[in-house]
Amino acid sequence: MLALLTHRFGLDVADDAVQDALVEALNWAVVPDNPAAWLYTVARNRAVDRVRRDAAAARRLARAAPDLVLAAERTGLGGEHGSPGGNDEEVLDMVDDAHYSGDEHLRLLLLCCHPALSRDAQVALTLRLVGGLTTAEIAAAFLLPEQTLAQRIVRAKRKIRDAGIPLSIPEDLTSRVDALLTVVYLIFNEGYLSRGSGAGARLDLVEEAIRLTITARELLPGNPEVEGLLALELYARARHDTRFRGDELVLLEHQDRTRWDGELIEQANGLLRSALARLQPGPFQTQAVIARHHATARTAADTDWPAIASAYAVLLAMTGGSPVVALNRAVAVSMADGPDAGLRLLAEITGLENYHLYWATHAELLLRAGDEDAAAHAFARARELAKNAAEQQHLDRRIAQLRP
Amino acid sequence: MQYMILIHSEPMDGPNPGEPGFDEMMAPWMAYNQKLIDGGHYVAADQLQGVEIATTIRRAYGAGDTIVDGPFAETKEHFGGFYIVEAKDLDEALALAAEVPIPAGSLEVRPVMPS
Repeated sequence: MLALLTHRFGLDVADDAVQDALVEALNWAVVPDNPAAWLYTVARNRAVDRVRRDAAAARRLARAAPDLVLAAERTGLGGEHGSPGGNDEEVLDMVDDAHYSGDEHLRLLLLCCHPALSRDAQVALTLRLVGGLTTAEIAAAFLLPEQTLAQRIVRAKRKIRDAGIPLSIPEDLTSRVDALLTVVYLIFNEGYLSRGSGAGARLDLVEEAIRLTITARELLPGNPEVEGLLALELYARARHDTRFRGDELVLLEHQDRTRWDGELIEQANGLLRSALARLQPGPFQTQAVIARHHATARTAADTDWPAIASAYAVLLAMTGGSPVVALNRAVAVSMADGPDAGLRLLAEITGLENYHLYWATHAELLLRAGDEDAAAHAFARARELAKNAAEQQHLDRRIAQLRP
Repeated sequence: MQYMILIHSEPMDGPNPGEPGFDEMMAPWMAYNQKLIDGGHYVAADQLQGVEIATTIRRAYGAGDTIVDGPFAETKEHFGGFYIVEAKDLDEALALAAEVPIPAGSLEVRPVMPS
């Protein structure tokens, strides 16, 4: 098997992929009908994933430095791996291979997100088995010791085996798909929010999450929530590079909109249109609608805040009154109807007393309402509670700006 | 695979056998039992008597046993009964457990150690 794969990919790619598959097969709960075929499928998917990732990296590089990439493309897809074998046609050939089963991939994805596993285990397994990342990569991405991550995966696999969690596609997919999308969105947010400090050395979880969502969309065609999530991620990705100036967080209203990626926004618009046309609303579609309002406003002042406020009201109902959604709604209402209307809604929210953004929002609204003393107090509380370095710096600056 | 469904719930106040309303109270349980039997899932089941008459033996490492009145844990929900079912995997076992007709409480599903 190694030989077959090596012929098609670089040796280092194939070696890793086969090893991963072997380790999985040895620990595997459900022995497939044809273990050799299964092993081959897992190994090949893994290798295709790697090549795709390398190909994506090459495309990104192509935009930055077209001359450099031409040389790499002539030697195959993975410039870094210098693989003499593969070319585009062969890769396509493999993806279309009769042995390849989309069902199998979907089973694996649903298994990783089975509700009998803890959320942490779901995230780790999804990145490991579906995303094809190594334990070390996942551990680094979440700033955890590799040992911790490895144990988490071993425990999850043991539970899959001993509790008899099946590798099957349930009749009612809805709740399972919700769990799957939640896991992918968690991965996305981890990447999105951790941007800024020391992000350079970390694996890009934003790209990983987008890749996983694209996979989910291929496996669950026509599912509007999957399309909604992908649109949401692309809107955020389009603004990604303008969120920081050095290590400094740049708020939405101050971001350089000319640097937003118009191509990604167009893709997201198309996805969202297709999702909404299915007339099965859901929380990810609603969040994508809100993101679209931001992404398509020419200037911050052009933002359609009344529309955003009503979208948040819908989302609030869909999430059973989530206090974080209520907080966002209060901000939108304050932008549409003034700070006092926002403050009134804030006063009704309970359960966010230890959430720094609750206090930061409070401070900003009090400031706009002209109450500097109360604002200073709220900023101080937010600063105490903030854990992310970029957010701490942002709050420090706001506090310094208050003092005459 | 065999799974045990451990039923934890608040004690149910209801009529005793022979009193009016008893049969109605038991009807959903009888229907559930029958469903398990018809589907080939039934292995064993039992209900325990009330926790107020439980007696606990406490044993510490190296110390003698102490016999105390009452259940081993003071909680609102008590272990009150169990089913052992035959199911092809955890999903099937969870689906069967979800039909146990308790109004509120917890249904813990655990695989039985294969012999």
